[in-house]
Amino acid sequence: MRLKLGAQVVALGIVVGLLGLLVWKLVNQDQKQARKNAPAPAFTLPRLDRSGDLSLASLKGKAVVLNFWASWCAPCRDEVPVLEKAWVKHRGQGVVVIGVDQQDLSSDARAFAKKYGMSYPLVRDGPGHVVAKYGLTGVPETFFVGRSGKLVGPHVEGQVTKRQLAEGIHAAMRS
Amino acid sequence: MLLVALVVGVPAALASESHPTLHELEGQLMCPTCGTPLDMSDAPAANRIRAFIVNRIDGGDTRSEIMDKLVAQFGPGIRAAPPKSGWGLLAWLLPLVLLVGGGAVLGVYAWRWSRSREPAPAAARPEQNGRAPLDPDLERRLEEELARFE
Repeated sequence: MRLKLGAQVVALGIVVGLLGLLVWKLVNQDQKQARKNAPAPAFTLPRLDRSGDLSLASLKGKAVVLNFWASWCAPCRDEVPVLEKAWVKHRGQGVVVIGVDQQDLSSDARAFAKKYGMSYPLVRDGPGHVVAKYGLTGVPETFFVGRSGKLVGPHVEGQVTKRQLAEGIHAAMRS
Repeated sequence: MLLVALVVGVPAALASESHPTLHELEGQLMCPTCGTPLDMSDAPAANRIRAFIVNRIDGGDTRSEIMDKLVAQFGPGIRAAPPKSGWGLLAWLLPLVLLVGGGAVLGVYAWRWSRSREPAPAAARPEQNGRAPLDPDLERRLEEELARFE
């Protein structure tokens, strides 16, 4: 009788434990789509272009262009000149362009950055934690973070155009 | 049998560690962009990883060194299976523990069940000397006969 009760308690414990795991997984799911007007998901990532880290929190008060890319992605290569021009043009106005290299080998990424003359800050998200926080579906993708720290403007999936970039920077500078 | 396994298996494992092949490593890795095993992916990222592996094999890296470098680049999710150390060991041991534990619980249950179905043995009395009890009528007559001799 006591054994039967013990086995029932153990079985119940296992079921409750599994349910708990399921709930925890659903609640802590990384794969969320970053939404417009919501606070931009925070991150601290290692720099690709130099030593040290870069955190989004350290850029509070600035308009941020967050561009996710990888060296093996052809559209990423094609959009570099547009991003580079925007960085050079607006950096004196409190605008920061950040390139987030993801799912890529760091040696490939550095060679790519050098080859295509990327002078804006570059960080690396090897394991893809930040990618998951922003809910990326592929590369390239571009987000705009306003001075308030919220996501603003267009969320560009695919190669960013000059017009989308101007629109996003304008929205980020105003908010 | 064990000796044969040791004689054949250990040198093969050592050779695989010191002289890994692309084919072998591909089977132990995942494509980071498509979530399929590397050997089943032709995504650009997978191709770059393959090129990296070939480059590191040519450079004389061992299997562990190449795996460690890729984990450093892409995180532990690039492994197709968890490592057999640290927390990863739990993933290997837990099913075994559950299997053995479940078998033990079932065994105990089966034993208890079979015991509960057996007829309860009659309480053995020392005076019966291991034999079945006498019929009460016969026992009474025997007592009477014995009393007559006293």
